[in-house]
Amino acid sequence: MAKAVTWMCGAAALALSAGAAQPALAQSKSLTLCWAAWDPANALVQLSKDFTTATGIGMKFEFVPWTSYADRFLNELNSKGKLCDLIIGDSQWIGGAAENGHYVKLNEFFEREGISMDDFMPATVVGYSQWPKNTPNYWALPAMGDAIGWTYRKDWFSRPEIRAAFRDKHGRDLEPPKTWTELKEVASFFQGREIDGKRVYGAYIYTERGSEGITMGVTNALYAHGFKYQDPDKPYAMDGFVNSPDAVKGLEAYKDLYKCCTAPGMTNAYMQEGLDAFKSGQVAMQMNFFAFFPGLHKDPNVGGDRIGFFVNPMETARGTQLGGQGISVVAYSDNRDEALQYIKWFAQPDVQKKWWALGGYSCHTAVLNDPDFPASAPFAADFLQSMSMVVDFWAEPSYASLLLDMQKRMHDYVVADKGTAKEALDLLIKDWTVVFEDDGKL
Amino acid sequence: MTETSTLHTLAARAGAATPPALAARVRGLSDRAIAWLFITPTVLLLLAINVFPLIWTVRLSFTNYRANRPDAPLRWLGLDNYTRILGDPDVWYAMQATAHFVVWSITLQVLLGFGLALLINRRFRGHGFWTTLILLPMMLSPAVVGNFWTFLFQPQTGLFNHVVAFVTGIDPGSFQMIGDVRLAPWAIVLVDTWMWTPYVMLICLAGLRSIPDDIYEAAEVDRAGPLRRFWSITLPMVLPFLMLAVLFRGIENFRMFDMVNLLTSGGPGSTTEVASITLKREAFEKWRTGYSSAFAVILFVTVFGLANIYVKALNAVRQR
Repeated sequence: MAKAVTWMCGAAALALSAGAAQPALAQSKSLTLCWAAWDPANALVQLSKDFTTATGIGMKFEFVPWTSYADRFLNELNSKGKLCDLIIGDSQWIGGAAENGHYVKLNEFFEREGISMDDFMPATVVGYSQWPKNTPNYWALPAMGDAIGWTYRKDWFSRPEIRAAFRDKHGRDLEPPKTWTELKEVASFFQGREIDGKRVYGAYIYTERGSEGITMGVTNALYAHGFKYQDPDKPYAMDGFVNSPDAVKGLEAYKDLYKCCTAPGMTNAYMQEGLDAFKSGQVAMQMNFFAFFPGLHKDPNVGGDRIGFFVNPMETARGTQLGGQGISVVAYSDNRDEALQYIKWFAQPDVQKKWWALGGYSCHTAVLNDPDFPASAPFAADFLQSMSMVVDFWAEPSYASLLLDMQKRMHDYVVADKGTAKEALDLLIKDWTVVFEDDGKL
Repeated sequence: MTETSTLHTLAARAGAATPPALAARVRGLSDRAIAWLFITPTVLLLLAINVFPLIWTVRLSFTNYRANRPDAPLRWLGLDNYTRILGDPDVWYAMQATAHFVVWSITLQVLLGFGLALLINRRFRGHGFWTTLILLPMMLSPAVVGNFWTFLFQPQTGLFNHVVAFVTGIDPGSFQMIGDVRLAPWAIVLVDTWMWTPYVMLICLAGLRSIPDDIYEAAEVDRAGPLRRFWSITLPMVLPFLMLAVLFRGIENFRMFDMVNLLTSGGPGSTTEVASITLKREAFEKWRTGYSSAFAVILFVTVFGLANIYVKALNAVRQR
């Protein structure tokens, strides 16, 4: 009898513990989202709390600084790692990630769940989701729209004595530059000027060597002068396009700006150094990604009325470097269904509106086509304008090789004074030709 | 109890504890067989983690293999990778940057390290404190050293520039140690010298302490002056130690990566792109595994060949 009672008690305890474990298991399900460590990532952490509330699925985050972001996550994908269930991968990764099977193709899922790519800004769909480009093959949902823009010290630009000095020198009003020629004029005007007892510099531009910095910077000058990656009618034919006379002028303009109008020591500087230079009141104008602008606008020292924004100036053409990323489901994840659930949740217009409100850049038309959007933030109108003229770097599977070649050639010319602009671009074509030959595309 | 009887007792106890079947089997083995039994696990481990990867690298160096595309068709390229590397002016530029770094950093480290060792070898007040202080840099991680020297070299805020400005009177913002094409190669030499001179000093100190005092006493009896004693006793007797230090530092600096990468990332442009940075970019950023394997083989053969010649010279010096 005693034995029977012991058995019954044991069985009851087991049943109870099993019952208790059931909800605990449901709650312990979690997804890991991988991205870069920057302001919008903090906004996404905030936003994702709603996903956990709605589904009971917990969210973990793996954020890596930009300078090691590509290295870290491309190694993870190449080694078929299971660290990330969801990844917000850079736009240029899409070709390699699609062709090497790192991302889950989302066409069927979009169809099944009624998610339409027509609901997202076309440039972001092409830039962040499609591979091959301009075909209806989707590997990501546009998550974070971004492009290069410029900030300037509105308070300095509006000071009467500075405006008068500028008018005396250039015979026109001091306004945010609209062309690269004006950009250099304004930058050289501020270079070395004493403002509030402090020596300031003209402009901050990207020069970083190790990852992608100088390429993300120099392309803005190249696009504005009419640079093209290839013959539009003959893919991978680069001679006469990459090294066209306009492209040469663009590259020379970037170097001129670097030589005349940047602060000393900016030989290996990227996003963070730009933010530091601007926030510390060192520079009059700063090149950086729109993603940072909400944070800068809130800055107690240089934000509010003291900061203004403008789109990348044109010279003979319009163009600005595309930033931003799409969100993809990693093919090696054990939590594919839950990851897809996150994508479905993230694609909802209400979630997208909250995403923008928290500081993320939504690509959804429900946000961007809202008549109130341009006035919703001081940089919103410029963001819209920039997104209509974005150009992206190669998104080929061999993008990393192409990028490293460009980093080397641009840094050699702009910072290390090696050769001429034409020689640098000719060498770049030579390097890129080897890459495309290795890939069997030439 | 005597030592022999203790051993006898221990052997007897070990023999008694060994199962009879195993004892019988071991008793039948020769000394050579037992020696092989002991070293086989180590040999297997070395083969697995050293020799096999080396052979595999040599094999990959003749192919177009890319580690990020393992499913892509593998093509046998013969010597193509090798001819491409040896005909690439950028690779030769990287080798020149490496040679500049290796030669100058070792020259400075040997001169300063030997000088410091001569000073430290004399007993003086606070001798222990100064020795510890001098040794501090080599105890730091190269990553830490690379990072903090980056800050020290900042033209506007860096301590190094301000010290130079204080001493020379020039504007601290007027020169850029890691951003200037002319100064950057010297910046990495300077930091490496700062970090590794204590190491050379330690080896030299060991050499100096190994010289018997009676040789110097005999020289003094022969009325040899300090300079004569240095040239005829100190230098020849420390030379094998110095050459050993040069060998260690040469191999180490030939494959230098972390400190230079953190300090300059190979820049400005490719000015300080030493061979190991080029190799890392090819292997783990461009993922040209076959090509980078060929490059690694070339570097390996170079270091191995030079080290062999050097070791022969070292042995000749020691046998003098």
